[in-house]
Amino acid sequence: MAETHAGPIAVTGNEAVAEAMRQINPDVVCAYPITPQTEVVQLYAQMVADGAVDTEFVTVESEHSAMSAAIGAAAGGARTMTATSSQGFALMWELLYVAASYRLPIVMTTVNRALSGPINIHCDHSDTMGGRDSGWLQIYGENHQQAYDNCLQSVRIAEHMDVRTPVMHMYDGYVISGAIGPLVILQDEKVRDFIGPFKAINPMLDVEHPVTVGPFDGLHGWYFEHKVAQNRAMDRSFKVIQDVADEFAEITGRHYGLLEPYRLDDAEIAIVVIGSTAGTTRMVVDKLRARGVKAGMVRVRVFRPFPHEAYAKALEHVKVVGVMDRADSFGAQGGPLFLEIRAALYDSDPRPQVLPFVYGLGGRDIFPDNIEQAFAVLEETARSGKRATSERRYLNLRKD
Amino acid sequence: MSEVLDIEQFLHTERLPHIWCPGCGNGIVTGAFLRAVLDLGLVREKTVVVGGIGCSSRAVGYIDLGTVHSIHGRALAFATGIKMARPDFTVVVLTGDGDGAAIGGNHFIHACRRNIDITCILFNNQTYGMTGGQVSPTMDPGDRGTTAPYGSIEPSFDLCRLAEAAGASFVARGIAANIRPLERLIKQGIQHKGFSFIEAVVPCPTEYGKRNPPAGVIAMLDDTKARSISVTAAAKMTPDELRDKIVTGILYEDDEAPEFQSAYAAIVERAQAGAAEAPARPKQPAAPRKPRKTAPERPPARNGEAADASGLPLEGGE
Ligand SMILES: Cc1ncc(C[n+]2csc(CCOP(=O)(O)OP(=O)(O)O)c2C)c(N)n1
Ligand code: SF4
Ligand SMILES: [Mg+2]
Repeated sequence: MAETHAGPIAVTGNEAVAEAMRQINPDVVCAYPITPQTEVVQLYAQMVADGAVDTEFVTVESEHSAMSAAIGAAAGGARTMTATSSQGFALMWELLYVAASYRLPIVMTTVNRALSGPINIHCDHSDTMGGRDSGWLQIYGENHQQAYDNCLQSVRIAEHMDVRTPVMHMYDGYVISGAIGPLVILQDEKVRDFIGPFKAINPMLDVEHPVTVGPFDGLHGWYFEHKVAQNRAMDRSFKVIQDVADEFAEITGRHYGLLEPYRLDDAEIAIVVIGSTAGTTRMVVDKLRARGVKAGMVRVRVFRPFPHEAYAKALEHVKVVGVMDRADSFGAQGGPLFLEIRAALYDSDPRPQVLPFVYGLGGRDIFPDNIEQAFAVLEETARSGKRATSERRYLNLRKD
Repeated sequence: MSEVLDIEQFLHTERLPHIWCPGCGNGIVTGAFLRAVLDLGLVREKTVVVGGIGCSSRAVGYIDLGTVHSIHGRALAFATGIKMARPDFTVVVLTGDGDGAAIGGNHFIHACRRNIDITCILFNNQTYGMTGGQVSPTMDPGDRGTTAPYGSIEPSFDLCRLAEAAGASFVARGIAANIRPLERLIKQGIQHKGFSFIEAVVPCPTEYGKRNPPAGVIAMLDDTKARSISVTAAAKMTPDELRDKIVTGILYEDDEAPEFQSAYAAIVERAQAGAAEAPARPKQPAAPRKPRKTAPERPPARNGEAADASGLPLEGGE
């Protein structure tokens, strides 16, 4: 790929991220291939082989090893990245907690794909939703540009001294990863300046100052305090994420927040949604607005930490909020996003109704019609003024 | 022709056409396996086939026996559970070099070590075909993969030697280019009581073949055929002569090695008999495990000194 481009180029989402990784030029990348992430790793492997980057590239034998090796590299003092999807993410699970608790600023691209079984290779968010309590920061992108932009920003956020916590950034499998879309690429020097040099904290390779990483310190040790410290870093990261986004806006003109409201100020009904479906939802909002319906939406950007106060502020004036989950939390009151949004609005007075919608599992198509149906439920609920049941409503579920 | 029709009873013909590329060797091995099933008179009610994830593992999706399309790397672990629950079942694992030897390598050596009565057919195409041709643990150094565009620098596994060293009591290798002998090996593996490992060397013309010579399916098949050599013939060759050769046939067989499920049943029986009479905490330690029957003194096949254990006709090189 050429080094600089004035205007947008056409790339797949995975190409966009591989390009971001080239510009970041991390010290170590360890990965195992899995659809739909494979292209990222493959393109990167080619760049390594061609000498386009200085990275040590490790072709490990599983994702469990990928994350283990990433932890080793990061603890050793290297700027470390990896990428995965679905089952690979699930296989990393025990290490996700380890990476976060060691406070290693690893950055991972996760291309969202459904979890088995039955086996399914298409998009939903059940993989990363399963890692939401692992202690990683989670940033979801909507399109190609955001995949690239979030990748760059993740490095800054993870390495910030107030955070020092791994960050995963996501985009939708196939819809973004494999489809071609527009991307504006920054100049290499600009990225280098933005990212800055890597600063290792207590690296194991500093042999003059040996450290022990992750030991058991007993029943009466500091485990509990350690966990609280992790959560404090989460709290501090709200500001860091915003500061980094603002700085990024200065060099790119592209603005990001923790969440992204759209036509929400005077909205009476609104949908909260993650990922590429935000684009479709925005279109539906415009259509409804043209009909005089006061519809709005919020796109979720940062899911961990969850900016609940910002959501309360953004949505408290809305009568009925529909939350669209592309993952389910079996046996819970609703999908993971629904639970967050409903909890965030609990203290609002008057309290908006919050209704759960589940869509797109295993890559099931989501059409504008389906989103209109969801809005119709919200509209009807708002009009009736009654409490609607909070049972899940499934969009585009087959009847037969 | 009638044989083709006969194995159709074990195929989900409604799911065809399959996903495999033209020229892929997976169908050949699947066919060989199904003919073995047919010849051995295995019944659907008592035969379970477990696949992992990969083009090769995908075979289970087309097979109309009891099948589990499990997850990447864990087919042998699933199969172990099935065999323990139903020792009377014939349990077969279809896996690939990535599935069985990379991500699932740990389960592989432990299934061998336990010598559990499962037959594992590993389709070795020396790459991760399904994800687009990355380096696999059986890819030869110097071969190209998408994660090693200028050639792999990693040494590769000889899976048959690994299986034997880890404790498998039946170890064989066949090639897709030589169907009948492969079929016989599969049959013998299924009949053998204990862990049977059969490596089937298959061409992946799409992902492996497009980066590595020789180009083209026919050339790939001819090449494996030319390089394959029976254990009998290999025994008479020098290491130099054996370089790049694919030694086929039964490489190791031990009919006496204790099989896991039988050992398990025996100890259950002993414990239950003992529980009736003996105090809850026996004073005597349990009898030591019968020592493993040591393998016949036999240097690895690669060294060209392999004993002729197969009794099979020459499989390749003719
Ligand atoms: C945990 C996990 N990691 C990665 C993958 C992606 N994946 C699917 S098949 C495969 C490799 C398969 O290689 P092999 O077993 O040799 O089968 P082949 O396609 O070559 O027949 C990989 C890496 C996955 N499904 N699950
Ligand atoms: S990619 Fe290779 S292994 Fe997979 S179906 Fe095609 S030829 Fe067979
Ligand atoms: Mg393979």
